[in-house]
Amino acid sequence: MVNQLFSLIAQATGGQEKTEQAGADKSAGAEVPLGSTPADSAGGPTAPAPSDPYEYSYGDYWFPERASDFAAEVDWLFYFIFWVCVIFFAIIVAVMVGFVIKYRKRPGHMAPLPSPSHNTKLEILWSVLPSFLLVFMFVAGASGYFKQRIVPEGAYETHIEASQFNWQFTTERGDITEDLHMVVNEPFKLTMESRDVLHSWFVPAFRQKMDVVPGRYSEVWVKPTKIGIFRLYCAEYCGDGHSLMKRNVIVHESWDDFNKATIWKDEEHTPEENGQRLYKINCAGCHSIDGSVKTGPSFLGKYGSDEPLTTGAMQTVDDNYIISSILEPQKDIVEGYGPRSQMPTFKGKLSPKQIRYIIAYMKTLK
Amino acid sequence: MGIAVDRTKTFGNAIDGDNYLNASSGIKSWMFTLDHKRIGVMYLIGVTFALFLAGIFALVLRSELFTANKMFLTEAQYNQMFTLHGAVMVFAFIIPSIPAALGNFVLPMMLGVKDVAFPRLNLCSFYLWVIGTLFLMLTLMMGGLDTGWTFYTPYSLKTNTGVIFATFGAFVLGFSSIFTGLNFLVTINTMRPPGMTWFKMPLFLWSLYATSIIQILATPVLGITLLLLLAERIMQIGIFNPAYGGDPVLFQHFFWFYSHPAVYIMILPGMGVISELISVHSRKKIFGYSFIAFSSVAIALLGFLVWGHHMFTSGQSALVTIIFSAITFTVAVPSAVKVFNWLATMYKGCISLTTPMCYALSFIFLFGIGGLTGLFLGTLSTDIHLHDTYFVVAHFHFVMVGGTLTALLGGLFHWWPKMFGRMYNEFVGRIGCFLVFAGFNLTFFPQFVMGSRGMPRRYARYDPEFEIFHQWSTFGAFVLGIGILISFVCLAYAAFKGPRCAGNPWGASSLEWQSSSPPDFHNFVHNVALCDPYDFSTQELDEELDTFVHREFMEPEEKPVPEVEPQHT
Ligand code: HEC
Ligand SMILES: [Cu+2]
Ligand SMILES: [Cu+2]
Repeated sequence: MVNQLFSLIAQATGGQEKTEQAGADKSAGAEVPLGSTPADSAGGPTAPAPSDPYEYSYGDYWFPERASDFAAEVDWLFYFIFWVCVIFFAIIVAVMVGFVIKYRKRPGHMAPLPSPSHNTKLEILWSVLPSFLLVFMFVAGASGYFKQRIVPEGAYETHIEASQFNWQFTTERGDITEDLHMVVNEPFKLTMESRDVLHSWFVPAFRQKMDVVPGRYSEVWVKPTKIGIFRLYCAEYCGDGHSLMKRNVIVHESWDDFNKATIWKDEEHTPEENGQRLYKINCAGCHSIDGSVKTGPSFLGKYGSDEPLTTGAMQTVDDNYIISSILEPQKDIVEGYGPRSQMPTFKGKLSPKQIRYIIAYMKTLK
Repeated sequence: MGIAVDRTKTFGNAIDGDNYLNASSGIKSWMFTLDHKRIGVMYLIGVTFALFLAGIFALVLRSELFTANKMFLTEAQYNQMFTLHGAVMVFAFIIPSIPAALGNFVLPMMLGVKDVAFPRLNLCSFYLWVIGTLFLMLTLMMGGLDTGWTFYTPYSLKTNTGVIFATFGAFVLGFSSIFTGLNFLVTINTMRPPGMTWFKMPLFLWSLYATSIIQILATPVLGITLLLLLAERIMQIGIFNPAYGGDPVLFQHFFWFYSHPAVYIMILPGMGVISELISVHSRKKIFGYSFIAFSSVAIALLGFLVWGHHMFTSGQSALVTIIFSAITFTVAVPSAVKVFNWLATMYKGCISLTTPMCYALSFIFLFGIGGLTGLFLGTLSTDIHLHDTYFVVAHFHFVMVGGTLTALLGGLFHWWPKMFGRMYNEFVGRIGCFLVFAGFNLTFFPQFVMGSRGMPRRYARYDPEFEIFHQWSTFGAFVLGIGILISFVCLAYAAFKGPRCAGNPWGASSLEWQSSSPPDFHNFVHNVALCDPYDFSTQELDEELDTFVHREFMEPEEKPVPEVEPQHT
């Protein structure tokens, strides 16, 4: 109920918000008043037009936009600590500069003035008083932490598999997607596992982060409060392509939109389209399609070309070679990528049909 | 009655007389020296070299980050750069910097003794440093290292790069650090001169003592962890590798059990230096001596209980997470106490803005920001957002560079006249200090903002909205680099060509100043006159030498000397 109200208000103010934010970005000093709620400070959704999916909303000076229900609380606490720090720091610097000016060595002031060398009462006072603020920060932080970590009942489950340098998302229905799809004001529980090394799921707009640890499942949850597209990063260093391990989080208005975006029927698409989708889900973290070298060679113009291997032999990239590259990456390794290939095997992950789709797609990359 | 001595010989300039630099000559006399002063100087040259090497890596990194897309490094090269930058800075520079370079030189002299307890161990520690650093450098040639300085598993078990060389290097450097700590601990415990009770020690010694405790208790854990990592990598025994039933998070616990206390190995000696600088250059007795001394020990002990704050998002249990957060806040109190005490020391003082004092003020400013921003990271809900972003990068650079490096530079300028018997150029020194301060803020302040805006750390490429922050930061890094270069050039020039100065130009009253400059090979050629290290009224200007001399050594007929307390002889 309350959430619907929020989103209504949010939608009503949405248009205005965008122009305001553009201004705020330039002045770069706009700050949100303490104690603001998602409704009055987070503003409306910056639902981007589909034609411009990368539109970036600037939020306020210290933060990107707020898009989850605990984001406002995190920001509030951040600003609380911020102002405490600013006040303390201002006092420290003012006292320091004041003393330097007042007691600087100069004609007429060539020796220190007598003053006590300790004052136990004062010292106890300045040790104990700030501690109350610390206790408050701790308690507020811990209570916020519980909200970030305790998954509500009945949350929609999405499975996430992280691998070097890809994210793969599986909805409750079993649909695999390249981006993380969500529905506004619905709690989502994300169960995550890693196929190789540590990764970390981080969406700044949600103020939520959780490491993905190989050998165990980790869980994280979010209730998005804003429709739009947000950035998803890998925040734990995981190797060469770490900084390329990013995807989008797409928050939809309704379950209808969600289903439309997540359900994919191979039969309704050409083999090339299917191949492109599989490429984005499985291979894009390591292979580019624009000729740039990532962890692996680019797919641009790959099909039909001749490749030098580590053995010194030349190899024409044909269907058989691609199939063996995907299923047994350690067999033939491209010159310059040895001695061990960083590519994981996709045996059991991709069906022969799917591999054919990928090959069809690679043929289009001329 | 005063003590009659040849004041020119004991407190004057000894460049043409006997001093530790000309006591013997030839490369071997340095290589096999057991003199703590020479070992200190060799350490200083070594860590400065490490600083410049890692600093160059930093400038390369910052240049690459000038634009969001590729400038000149591939992702893999970038990852190797930041790994070596971190590993060399932490293990080869910051950890040994103040204790092993400055501490080695100053500690025995502050105690009024000839050397540390175990001079051979001291030399051994230096050579271990050399070997460990060489191994780190070797990784450069052996295909690099790309794990990050933290060596997190399981990536460090899988990568093709030189993990074995690098961990071995860090392992050896750990021993170098343990030996230094052991030496200092024993020296302070057993060699304090009669009359110098614990609470009459200079605060720098308290901080070195606290540091030594950490070095001895925590560093072995690092050694064991790195050995386990090597064993896991070579033999796959299944401690850290989930593929063999191990737990990668266990590695993080082990690693931070050392590396959080290591943060205090890095900052405590800096705090000790600052306590000396502020007191001497304000000519004021340090305010709240016992609070500062106890806060060092409190920081050292509490520092052992907070390692889990590096792992709030790692999936450790919620209960453990909350306990670690609570203990983390308790460390904030002793750190704040020190800052307040330094400020109170300046109250009613007679402050000269010498270069060391400028660095001390700069330390208070930068360490203030570094410490305060720690609150955002100790607070759980905000840390979930800020962890592994540039906010953290900025935070620890404020503490480690703004803190330790600033304190090191301040300390070098302060003790330089003692070490080489020559004065640096005050004007150039201040310019260097200002550039370091300004460049540092310009480099790292924007990183706070981009971090809280969501810029993850260790990213070779980034999203365009962060470009403006990165550009400021890169610009600042070059200013900082120039500032550091100017400071070291200023020091190096002073060591060879600076105007000569006598034993105690600052009028400080800790014992190391009761010697000639540079000191004699035996440190002191007479018995020192014990006195309160922060009571500057004991020092009187000797106009002939143009330096300060303890009043007991002034001519008895010139100045009537009060009765000396028995334990002070
Ligand atoms: C972890 C990064 C990674 C992922 C993910 C990855 N690859 Fe690779 N790939 C590599 C590397 C590195 C090489 C070069 C070494 C080798 O030949 O194995 C390579 C080589 C190849 C080659 C041979 C290219 C040539 O020039 O001969 C093909 C074909 C290929 N990959 C296809 C795929 C496909 C299809 C996918 C997705 C289903 C995929 N890869 C996913 C890293 C990756
Ligand atoms: Cu990753
Ligand atoms: Cu820590």
